[in-house]
Amino acid sequence: MAPVLELRGLRTVFATAAGELPALDGIDLAVSRGEIVALVGESGSGKSVTGFSVTGLLPSVARVVAGSVRLNGTEIAGLRGEAMRRLRGRHVAMIFQDPMMTLNPVLRIGTQMRDALFAHERMGGRAAADRLERALAEVGIAEPRARLRQYPHELSGGMRQRVAIAIALLHGPDLVIADEPTTALDVTIQGQILALVQRLAREKGTALIWITHDLAVVAGIADRIAVMYAGRIVEEGPVDAVLDSPAHPYTRGLIDSVPATHPKGQRLPQIPGRMPTLAELPDGCAFAPRCPRRSGACADRPDPAPAGGGRMVRCFHPLAEGRA
Amino acid sequence: MIEFIIRRVAQAMLVLFVMTLLVFFGVHVIGNPVYIFASSECTRECLDEIMANLGLDLPIWQQYLMFLGNLAEGDLGKSFTFGVPAMSLIWERFPATLELATASLAIAVAVGLPLGLYAGMRPDSLVSRAIMGFSMLGFSVPIFWIGLIFILTFSVRLGWLPSVGRGQTVQVFGVPVSVLTRDGLAHLVMPAFTLSLIMMSMVIRLTRAGMREVLHADYIRFARASGVRERRVIGLHAMKNILIPVVTVLGMEFASVIAFAVVTESIFSWPGVGKMLIDAIAVLDRPLIVAYLIFVVVMFVTINLCVDILYSLLDPRVRVGGGGP
Repeated sequence: MAPVLELRGLRTVFATAAGELPALDGIDLAVSRGEIVALVGESGSGKSVTGFSVTGLLPSVARVVAGSVRLNGTEIAGLRGEAMRRLRGRHVAMIFQDPMMTLNPVLRIGTQMRDALFAHERMGGRAAADRLERALAEVGIAEPRARLRQYPHELSGGMRQRVAIAIALLHGPDLVIADEPTTALDVTIQGQILALVQRLAREKGTALIWITHDLAVVAGIADRIAVMYAGRIVEEGPVDAVLDSPAHPYTRGLIDSVPATHPKGQRLPQIPGRMPTLAELPDGCAFAPRCPRRSGACADRPDPAPAGGGRMVRCFHPLAEGRA
Repeated sequence: MIEFIIRRVAQAMLVLFVMTLLVFFGVHVIGNPVYIFASSECTRECLDEIMANLGLDLPIWQQYLMFLGNLAEGDLGKSFTFGVPAMSLIWERFPATLELATASLAIAVAVGLPLGLYAGMRPDSLVSRAIMGFSMLGFSVPIFWIGLIFILTFSVRLGWLPSVGRGQTVQVFGVPVSVLTRDGLAHLVMPAFTLSLIMMSMVIRLTRAGMREVLHADYIRFARASGVRERRVIGLHAMKNILIPVVTVLGMEFASVIAFAVVTESIFSWPGVGKMLIDAIAVLDRPLIVAYLIFVVVMFVTINLCVDILYSLLDPRVRVGGGGP
């Protein structure tokens, strides 16, 4: 079966005073029905840009210049206006990071949900209200009827994120792109939201891209993981294989910087330096300047290569499997 | 809410007291109106008689106390010039000013909002730059100059529009209204547009700034990501957020447009309260000046109150007693 979403060589650039800078530099990624793929990386690595490139919601200075985006086998890269709108919400939906900001502060929950509903379906007021109440009940919101009449500021952060999830799932989309949806929440609420999204995705067979920088979340929810660095996917594969024995030195560094994985009392390893900005990307491997394993070869750009365990890695000196 | 209104009214009382004090003594210092009214043949006795009639022979503090006493009974005194109660003069003239101000508010919103929206959505386009340039002019070019240029162009050169007065009016609930007749409308257009320019510029700038900010908000992105139609996203989701500052500023501006439409009314000889105020100041008609300024204070307080209420309708977060967190 064809994957729900298939990205091939996706390239997105930002127009700046310094010229066009590549925010995404050849992204290949496929997500199948019912599969949860985590997109991991530091801020600025291009995780969110990937999501917005798919849904055509890039800021006005950015545009997709090359590559293909196939949704259910249909090319959608470069779709604009009404054609793109018809896909949004119905076939591909998004959930954002901060539930305080995702819902419009001056519109009732019911108004916002109804607008999302009527964006793709026509129905009477009574039927619509029933549908919205069911959608809210499904994401675990008590007294859905009363909630519809409330404003976002009258709900808690977790509740707001549930509302956003209910809106995103309203039309049973094939793909949901969740952009750090739990980062702004309390840990306990985080767990609830994670479990909720995971359950709904599995029940409905929704493909899910979970954008995050939190590896603990990844381990808990994802089937596969794609690690991004400076606009490229540097390692991609089944979540257990990648987290247990990373092949790319950057993935290794990321995992080592999580305090929980590290023996107590020892100095926490850090990745030296910082991610280069788009304007200062080196020609070769973008991670080379910070990499402990770099060599002369890294002045060239590494191509993706299989690394065992169903993995792909972009590195001239991958860590041997099991050496972790 | 009640407490809020009471506090507002108390503040207004204080402002009223200070204002009457300033105006009363200020006008007294400027000069004695008797010398303006009396004919040149009037003798000393004749002058004294007029002063006694108007109560101007008493010491100023005594005059002020009498004024306060009358004010407490709701009597603002009679105009020196017309010999009729000042308030009735104001009420007679007020509909003309209110009509002019309302028309200019309508023009300011009807023209300013779409222009501001456009400039906010396409900030770099040539048209947007032209719009912003226009709004800058609207702020900085003096009203009297614009009014005169309009008269020169449309009345003198082209002969399209009349330049003086209200034209034909129709009684609506006993109040004369210009806007319902063709002739009245023709008279209204130029002064209303002239008066609207500053408000319009303000609406353009506020709407543009609001639009640019709101378009980057997550909730707009989320609405778009949910497939909500662009017209709905702009027309409701963005608009309701933008209107909050626009309404606040317009409300305050509207009050001062009503109160001080003086320049525009003078240029177009619009028979409103602004022109009346200028005439009253010219002849030191103290009761009329004081009555008018009291009227203005009351109006400001009322309009500000209305704005606060409107504001809470637009923004549920400030709604009083709204049961928020």
